[in-house]
Amino acid sequence: MVTRGFTGRGRSGDEATRIPPGQHLVDDFPVLSAGPTPRIPLEKWSFTLKIGPRPVKTWNWAEFNALPQTKATRDIHCVTAWSKLNTSWEGVLIDDLLAEAGVEAPTPYLLAHSYDGYSTNVPLADLAGGKAMIALRYEGKPLEPDHGGPARLLVPHLYFWKSAKWINGLQFTERDEPGFWELRGYHIYGDPWREQRYTND
Amino acid sequence: MTDASAPQSEPVPWQNARILRIAPQTHRIKSFFFALPRPFSHLAGQHVDLRLTAPDGYSAVRSYSIASAPGRAGEIELAVERLDDGEVSPFLHDIAEPGDEIELRGPLGGHFIWTLDDGGPLLLIGGGSGLVPLMAMIRYRHRMGSAVPVVLVLSARTWDEVLYRDELLELAQLENGFTLVLTLTRDATRRSGDYSRRIDAPMVKEALKHLPSPPKHVFICGSNPFVNTAADAVLAAGLLPSMIRTERYGT
Repeated sequence: MVTRGFTGRGRSGDEATRIPPGQHLVDDFPVLSAGPTPRIPLEKWSFTLKIGPRPVKTWNWAEFNALPQTKATRDIHCVTAWSKLNTSWEGVLIDDLLAEAGVEAPTPYLLAHSYDGYSTNVPLADLAGGKAMIALRYEGKPLEPDHGGPARLLVPHLYFWKSAKWINGLQFTERDEPGFWELRGYHIYGDPWREQRYTND
Repeated sequence: MTDASAPQSEPVPWQNARILRIAPQTHRIKSFFFALPRPFSHLAGQHVDLRLTAPDGYSAVRSYSIASAPGRAGEIELAVERLDDGEVSPFLHDIAEPGDEIELRGPLGGHFIWTLDDGGPLLLIGGGSGLVPLMAMIRYRHRMGSAVPVVLVLSARTWDEVLYRDELLELAQLENGFTLVLTLTRDATRRSGDYSRRIDAPMVKEALKHLPSPPKHVFICGSNPFVNTAADAVLAAGLLPSMIRTERYGT
């Protein structure tokens, strides 16, 4: 339905092709999270890869930083309808993480877990193949706590709630297990190009 | 924690909601009352998405918290602050009129919500228009005749920019367990017990004295810097992160 009197902002060429439906471009980097911002000292930070309940490998901060580091510049899309273009990140590709752990994926489903109790599900197919990383740096600097530092998941092709802040682990699950927002009305998969914002969209 | 998203098989549908009336609240915030052709019942704290569509097919989506209490199926109130560099809020403030139809879907959101079953006491902290979802909780509590102790710490720039000021003052005068603490960042106080500064830890600590026992739930809503400051103040008062739910107004 066309809204009487609404023209919207001018659309640049980029916006037509790079911004998913319903989204708008921002220059700043809005912060949205469900609770207080945790502050995690680096000497206490760790990251654990699990298969079901079983931990298979844990890295401390130094060990994690010694893993191959990859740079990526990507567009990101938040379900609250902002998109930000050309954000640059650096961190450890999930491919490299799994290779380092010597893990052959036992299931096609993963849950990301965070220090604040947050969780979100992402299929392996969306994490592997260079599509996702554990990001440690943003725009050349250590990731700030507000944006998920010390480390966050980065899955830029899905709505940004999938890119769990303050991540401390990935867990293979038998089934596709809904995480925090997926249990609270948000879409199980979250493809911005199909506007999968809320449950069953 | 209440889970508002019981398994469902259909998406929450869009509907063409009609603006019934528009009421200025402060010089930057207006209330928009919508009639819903497909009535729904919401929980206090939930939001709706609005979608505006231009003649060329371009559409803009924004989320707005519901200000009205649950229980009036068929009508909801949104309170929208005009952001000068915004795209949707200037349209709503400057162009939209009663009788216009706006695409809307809801209710949405299953985290920043409170029901009587969740119990209390409650510490509510709002910055500016961050009051809106908290107001739905306060109105709901009042409408249900609940005695759950609630203290609201509300930050605004000036006395005249306190959203729903008269209604809040009236509710506070009932002395039925609801306490209002105002803090004005650019204005002098008008009531004893109010503050004239930015929110901080001592203020939160003093506000908690209005509750008979420590809060069971804490809800904080406002801009990100405000929410961070308030959440740190709540943690400094000895409350646990797991009790605190936040909603941060992005762009």
